[in-house]
Amino acid sequence: MTKQVKQLDRVIIRFAGDSGDGMQLTGDRFTQETATFGNDLSTLPNFPAEIRAPQGTLPGVSSFQVHFADHDILTPGDQPDVLVAMNPAALRANLGDLKKGGTVIVDSHDFTARNLTKAGYAENPLENDSLAEYDVQPVDLTGMTVEAVKEFGLSRKDAARAKNMFALGLLSWMYGRPTEPTITFLERRFAKAADIRDANVTAFKAGWNFGETTETFVVQYEIKPAPMRSGTYRNITGNLALAYGLIAGATQSGLPLFLGSYPITPASDILHELSKHKRFGVTTFQAEDEIAGIGAALGAAFAGSLGVTTTSGPGIALKSETIGLGVMMELPLLVIDVQRGGPSTGLPTKTEQADLLQAMFGRNGEAPVPIVAPQSPADCFDAALEAARIAITYRTPVMLLSDGYLANGSEPWAIPAVDELPTIDPSFATGPNHEVRDKDGNVTGEDFWPYLRDPETLARPWAVPGTAGLEHRIGGLEKGDGHGNISYDPANHDLMVRTRAAKVERIADTIPPLEVDDPGAETGDGARVLVLGWGSTYGPIGAAVRQVRDAGLRVAQAHLRHLNPFPKDLGDVLKRYDAVMVPEMNLGQLSMLLRAKYLVDVVGYNHVRGLPLRAAELAEAVTHLIESTSDAVDTDIETEEVVR
Amino acid sequence: MSTTELPFPGLRGVPTNDEPQNRKEYTSDQEVRWCPGCGDYAVLAAVQGFLPELGLKRENIVFVSGIGCSSRFPYYLDTYGMHSIHGRAPAIATGLATAREDLSVWVVTGDGDALSIGGNHLIHALRRNVNLKILLFNNRIYGLTKGQYSPTSELGKVTKSTPMGSLDNPFNPVSLALGAEGTFVARTIDSDRKHLTSVLSAAAAHRGTALVEIYQNCPIFNDGAFDAIKDNQTRSDAIIPLVHGEQIRFGAELQYGVVRDKDTGSVFAVEVADVDESDLLVHDAHANDPTTAFALSRLTDAGVLHRAPIGIFRQVQHPTYDDLAREQVRTARGGDGLESREALAGLLGSGDTWTVA
Repeated sequence: MTKQVKQLDRVIIRFAGDSGDGMQLTGDRFTQETATFGNDLSTLPNFPAEIRAPQGTLPGVSSFQVHFADHDILTPGDQPDVLVAMNPAALRANLGDLKKGGTVIVDSHDFTARNLTKAGYAENPLENDSLAEYDVQPVDLTGMTVEAVKEFGLSRKDAARAKNMFALGLLSWMYGRPTEPTITFLERRFAKAADIRDANVTAFKAGWNFGETTETFVVQYEIKPAPMRSGTYRNITGNLALAYGLIAGATQSGLPLFLGSYPITPASDILHELSKHKRFGVTTFQAEDEIAGIGAALGAAFAGSLGVTTTSGPGIALKSETIGLGVMMELPLLVIDVQRGGPSTGLPTKTEQADLLQAMFGRNGEAPVPIVAPQSPADCFDAALEAARIAITYRTPVMLLSDGYLANGSEPWAIPAVDELPTIDPSFATGPNHEVRDKDGNVTGEDFWPYLRDPETLARPWAVPGTAGLEHRIGGLEKGDGHGNISYDPANHDLMVRTRAAKVERIADTIPPLEVDDPGAETGDGARVLVLGWGSTYGPIGAAVRQVRDAGLRVAQAHLRHLNPFPKDLGDVLKRYDAVMVPEMNLGQLSMLLRAKYLVDVVGYNHVRGLPLRAAELAEAVTHLIESTSDAVDTDIETEEVVR
Repeated sequence: MSTTELPFPGLRGVPTNDEPQNRKEYTSDQEVRWCPGCGDYAVLAAVQGFLPELGLKRENIVFVSGIGCSSRFPYYLDTYGMHSIHGRAPAIATGLATAREDLSVWVVTGDGDALSIGGNHLIHALRRNVNLKILLFNNRIYGLTKGQYSPTSELGKVTKSTPMGSLDNPFNPVSLALGAEGTFVARTIDSDRKHLTSVLSAAAAHRGTALVEIYQNCPIFNDGAFDAIKDNQTRSDAIIPLVHGEQIRFGAELQYGVVRDKDTGSVFAVEVADVDESDLLVHDAHANDPTTAFALSRLTDAGVLHRAPIGIFRQVQHPTYDDLAREQVRTARGGDGLESREALAGLLGSGDTWTVA
């Protein structure tokens, strides 16, 4: 039969099923096909904390959303256009997010009385008019898969497991995705089990052929590749980009990398990835607990390695004392916090950015720690390199705040040229730095003072064991200025507390001015409202700002890479605008810091739903703020005129 | 086979110094601030005396401590040192020792630091067999916080925090270390300089985690805790000396010995006159099976100390975590012959890529 081909500029698909249905793999493969095809894309995996929650129930639903387009996009999208639901629970759990009029493809085979009851359906939604607002396509995915692969002699259960590949084949046909990468992938993945391999490849092809021949699906969609800057690209998740960034940090500084870590969701992938790359001089130590993870990393830092620990919020809580020790001993250390919903165990597999104040203040005493945050999955690479630069240059622990969305989400990454990456100079101490004088002031020799500072950066020397003549002792007790011996002197403590704070402030000397995207500003037609964010809200904020501008309003956007210290011009930027909105996935933590530091009454936009902010809702809030701001300002002007 | 005949690979990889060294070179310019009469002075003197004998480059020795009286130790030695945080020294030292084969890494800790707040790190260091030498100063009391009972205090101990007596059973550090798969487990006494030095030397020579429990008197908060094994009148009956390859015998006239209970496998002390001398246990520190070493550790009094075995309970060679970890890195590095930035370019460009012209 003749199929129509329809052009679309973008599509959002969500694959949803039971946690055992392989939805993450299906989504990941569709994403790879889409990346290879050349669309811009953004993904949002969403899965339960339970490895296998009871089958067929709402808590067991796992989903993967992919947004792809013929133009540059910033988010995985608010509302899917297409929902693929492998069972009633997946339909029920995800239908509410679907766009009205959206397409629902369901595996009708799984809509049994038992599964419907488990999902909480009193009657079969495929048989009443409850789905009337949607374009529903019931397909017997399981039945057709089992039929297609019967020649391989698998048990019915094993045969049915290939249904996700059937669904992938069908969707790949619908959106004209290249199929070769997936076939190659399956051949590699199941190389050791020929029957499973053949069943999956066959199911995948059967799904494609079904789309091509069936009368159920008459439209094939075409989304042209997005124009991108020239270069070589790959699709990358935040955790992978972060692991690569850490390796690059080690390579670019010439230091061995030492990771001390304890497994925790959603950070464990970084440990897994780095453990594969010992070739780069990477040592990975799976410690007995979070404290030992950072302890070993700090020990390795003393030994001259780039010490790294990776964790999530609960792990940071346990590491706090050791971070404080790192602050006191002034050694380089990278502390990676892949934030998740909290407090306590919270929402282990969901995203949140509520650890900012913990990163900023979560230690005893005045213990300043620089903080950097990546803004997108691929940006985790650059953020890790920047964190390494700060830690090594300033001899300090550095916090990097990623989150669950960045960690598991993915986007195309323009692979950087290694030659163009910044280099980092560890500049180890090699000899004495201080003159010894007798009581008459005559120089009688020289020695090593571990707390004599570089006048520009205020960093102390990094003298590693094995360097003759520089033997010294460091520790958690207060150090005397310069010589570094224990000191309980009140004036010295005051000086040292201020010096440690000043050292972290000095980092701002090397931070570029904040980039503000305010298209009208140059022509004197700038916005009155600024939206300022940090971390993974970059995508939703960017998408919301576009929507607001498309509606003809003016709004400025800026995003912070550095949370401590802030860029030097941040205060000036804030004061240039009549109103500043700060969207965050917490209850206003950056807002609190900005208000405290700059006395600017920023407006918070706060959601903690465990999911990225929704661009459309944010756009509405921004629009509302723009409208109320212009009203208020206009009123002020009128009042002034009356007074005159 | 005596202990000195063992191949001693503990210091392999640590650069040596041909020049003779002396105690003064290992003494820092910091004033020692322990209480008068503290057992820590004796241990410090022993360490400062024996380190020069190792013939290592001083800059390749690192002492890491936790928190407590004994943890001030690194400040008084002119080597590299770190006075870290409570209980974490074994974890920090694990990173240090794994990152650098060329360092001789020592941990100084106490009964509270190692067995209470840091118990987890201690047992995991032992099971991993990281090349660390752990000196556990056991004074059976909390000194720095001024006299609370510790995890090695006897049951019923009356202290500031337990006016009606402590309620929790103490650890036997040697039993614990053996249970945690310790490959070198020994006990010595602060006041016996010769024994202390010999055990420390054997620990230094051991490749892997060495745990040395040092009975150490706190004259302020727990004075006399070890009187039975220190007093000239009682010590020969109180100390059961363990010497590899020799019959375990003690008492002024060596009138006591240790035999095995054939029914239970446990060991107990007897008067030699009461048994057939061939039944006396001969100490085998090199037995790979730690069962007998554990049985010997149980001869230690759990309550007020009247009797305790002293010496090396176990000394066996097993692969060490840090050697294996470095070997993995070396193996992985050897492969492609690429310069690191070339290899990095290869890594970044791996996976499914596409090119936009």
